[in-house]
Amino acid sequence: MALDMIETAEEPTSPSRRFFLMASAAAGGGLVLSGCVTPSATEGGAVAAATPAKPSQPVVDINTFVAISPDGTIRIMAKNPEIGQGIKTMLPMLIAEELDADWKDVKLEQADADSKYGSQIAGGSFATPNHWTPHRQVGAAARAMLLAAAAQKWSVPVEELTTGPSVVKHAASKKSATYGELATVAATLPAPDATKLKLKDAKDYRIIGKSIKNWDSPRIVRGEPIFGIDVTVPGMKHAVFTKCPAFGGKVVSANLDEIKAMPGIHDAFIVKGVGADLMGLVDGVAIVADDWWTAKKARESLKVQWDTGDTSKFSTASYDEQAKTLAKGAPQSNLAKAGDAAAAMSGAAKVIEASYSYPFLVHAPLEPQNTTAHVKADGSVEIWSPTQNPGSGINLVATALGVDKAKIKLHMVRAGGGFGRRLSSDFIAEAAAISKQAGNIPIKLLWTREDDVQHDPFRPGAYHNFKAGIDKDGKLVSLTNHFVSFGANGRVLGNANLPATEFPAGYIPNHSYDQSLIAGNMPTGPMRAPVSNAVCFVYQSFLDEVASAAGKDPLQFRLDLLANAPPPAAGARPGAAMNAKRMTDVLTTVRDRSGWATRASLPKGTGMGCAFYYSHQGHFAHVAKVKVEPNGQFRVLKVWVVGDIGSQVINPTNAYNQAQGSVVDGVSQLFQKITFKDGHVEQTNFYDMPLLHLDKAPQVDVHFNITDNSPTGLGEPALPPVLPAVANAIAAATGKRIRTLPVNTADLRWT
Amino acid sequence: MASYTINVNGKTQTVDAQPDMPLLWVLRDKLNVKGPKFGCGVAACGACSVHLDGKITRACVTPISAVGAKRVTTIEGIGDSKLGQAVQKAWLDVDVVQCGYCQAGQIMAATALLAETPKPSDQQIDAAMTNICRCGTYVRIREAIKTAAGIDTKDTREV
Repeated sequence: MALDMIETAEEPTSPSRRFFLMASAAAGGGLVLSGCVTPSATEGGAVAAATPAKPSQPVVDINTFVAISPDGTIRIMAKNPEIGQGIKTMLPMLIAEELDADWKDVKLEQADADSKYGSQIAGGSFATPNHWTPHRQVGAAARAMLLAAAAQKWSVPVEELTTGPSVVKHAASKKSATYGELATVAATLPAPDATKLKLKDAKDYRIIGKSIKNWDSPRIVRGEPIFGIDVTVPGMKHAVFTKCPAFGGKVVSANLDEIKAMPGIHDAFIVKGVGADLMGLVDGVAIVADDWWTAKKARESLKVQWDTGDTSKFSTASYDEQAKTLAKGAPQSNLAKAGDAAAAMSGAAKVIEASYSYPFLVHAPLEPQNTTAHVKADGSVEIWSPTQNPGSGINLVATALGVDKAKIKLHMVRAGGGFGRRLSSDFIAEAAAISKQAGNIPIKLLWTREDDVQHDPFRPGAYHNFKAGIDKDGKLVSLTNHFVSFGANGRVLGNANLPATEFPAGYIPNHSYDQSLIAGNMPTGPMRAPVSNAVCFVYQSFLDEVASAAGKDPLQFRLDLLANAPPPAAGARPGAAMNAKRMTDVLTTVRDRSGWATRASLPKGTGMGCAFYYSHQGHFAHVAKVKVEPNGQFRVLKVWVVGDIGSQVINPTNAYNQAQGSVVDGVSQLFQKITFKDGHVEQTNFYDMPLLHLDKAPQVDVHFNITDNSPTGLGEPALPPVLPAVANAIAAATGKRIRTLPVNTADLRWT
Repeated sequence: MASYTINVNGKTQTVDAQPDMPLLWVLRDKLNVKGPKFGCGVAACGACSVHLDGKITRACVTPISAVGAKRVTTIEGIGDSKLGQAVQKAWLDVDVVQCGYCQAGQIMAATALLAETPKPSDQQIDAAMTNICRCGTYVRIREAIKTAAGIDTKDTREV
């Protein structure tokens, strides 16, 4: 559901149009503001309630995003949720660049959820493409107003003025004035049309393209309370919430009186679910106490009788069996086809068959889900939440509690990771419902890790049954895939789909992608590089098998496939689909950087593998080098990452960090799974849902090809190729293909 | 309930708590010391790491009754030592942070390592740094530890 929203509402049909309109309106609106206002919050919504606002001097609002004080301080609003992707630092860089600000004068402030900022969401790697032009225009508009103020003050033509870092200069008269000195006059001047302003040439950038360090790091290394879990408001109580282990189960009864009688317990009650959305507000039992640990300890004595209904039949073992049966039968539907795949297969010189599968996965951001909510007696609601998707949170609270959206104020608080988990707002609705039922008192709801592992919009698992035909020259002439996934009422679950355009569709003469669905309605949702994170593994692994069967260098085999690029679809937006040339270039670059040609000399047990993928408008190709011990244990020694995200890497230090993190994330996923039994998740915590540790993290080499394309995002596209690159390296090292995740190292033993 | 007097970052404080209440929750909910984070509750992730008399300790499984007279140092107090300051500065210089949630625990673990082993090898770093970073900043954590130690930051592991 959340992904639908991102794809339909967020993906621009013409780049940034939706936001563009809002931004220019905001810039215009800000210009007519006159007089002085005082900022309402200190840095970060989290501490605003706990700490008195710092004494602040009057600030002149130039527009929604920029405020310049007479002392020269330039406050820039960071509009999007910060979940570790670095957006709080990066988006303001775009404004500061065109404002021609000195970054030393800049103070960033986290915005609350407010429609005046336009869409506020961390998802789909869309922030860069959606803000690249509008945010620079915001900065340019503010600069134009400062220039106009100086022209008026000195009675000189504005054309004779230039700006330096935070200063307007007039060369002829040698006059200069700081932005702070001009701000008050600037605020009284009419608005420029931001869309008509000339933006800087890239060669003149002083901020974009320079490594600007994570804005909040100084507070993080001192342990300041800036995360959602750290929020404190006066009179606040702490809550735990127990949901049915089997998804969507209803509460029949609970030993509430016994719980309420326990020391330190303020209240305990049943919260009734609203609607059928498993990622909405579902039935559960709340326990409220003076501190969180007391509530959690009381929970150990909680006895709930659940009505589990049909969901108690969910079983991974049964799904695996059903998938095998379905794979043998005729597909339920066709997703895409070209040519005559069956005829080409029977005429092929060689046919390769293989079945692949991958498990459900949980997001597991390190900060467990939490939200502080206060549903007040007057019907207004105030929420502090580490969310990726505040709009969805407000909507869900409005629906679940039956309150007017306009009465809900949501503060976006720094989130300890997201990865797509916090696009869902179940935990926000729970906190609000508990606050209301507890007697309109402020509540901080905090989940346990076990809650988080077992109640997630999971990355769906699936099964792919491939057949490939190659001709006598080893060319791929036909590819079929009977894709077995999960659905309810004949409709594939969210993020459990196979794209009809999946490569090499269009690059080979014959293919057919078919689908059958296992009935199931477990909660699923987008996880970092949704769909791509799974599908890339199977397709880029199977193509490797085909290359091997054809006796070809697997990297050259891919380059040969890319050489058969179909003509772009009529009217296609640049960057909206994979560009064969950009992909060819990242693949040849990673080949050369990784020393691919030297791999023949590697000792047995050590191998290199490659993979590429286009997702979220980014083109990425990776090479992995892996050492497998005779007992099957392996270590990823190094991963080379080459990406093309357009003409500009906006904040290099963060870009490299995201790519390095994607490698670790991808290697980690090779070892993870979520399985169901009797309708509930079998895994509970990090000892049975492992995350990679430092000692297993490979060395990473990252390079970006700079191309003449508008800049695009980086939170996601570096991840997908990691898994198949490593799996293909293991195959090169041992001759053993990984066709099922998680990896079973016992299968990789060699002598 | 029992009364406990503990020393946190050089300050002596008295709290009333159940004997089995973990130090993490005494710090967070009773003393408003929020630097140590909750990630798993089972000593698996290390987000809650503090020092007890300088020794790295997972506060989420350490009952308050077991703290006694040991000095508790949290991320809020790590900058009181020269070494702690050097580690904090290295974290900033290397720009380690993504989401930042685990980094308090990582800094506590790194400081404990460097106090015992001022110039650690990659193998010693591997053995000591068992904290989880979900964002995967391990490449930079390794580099920051070496930066704080004043040694060559090159990764010497087999490639």
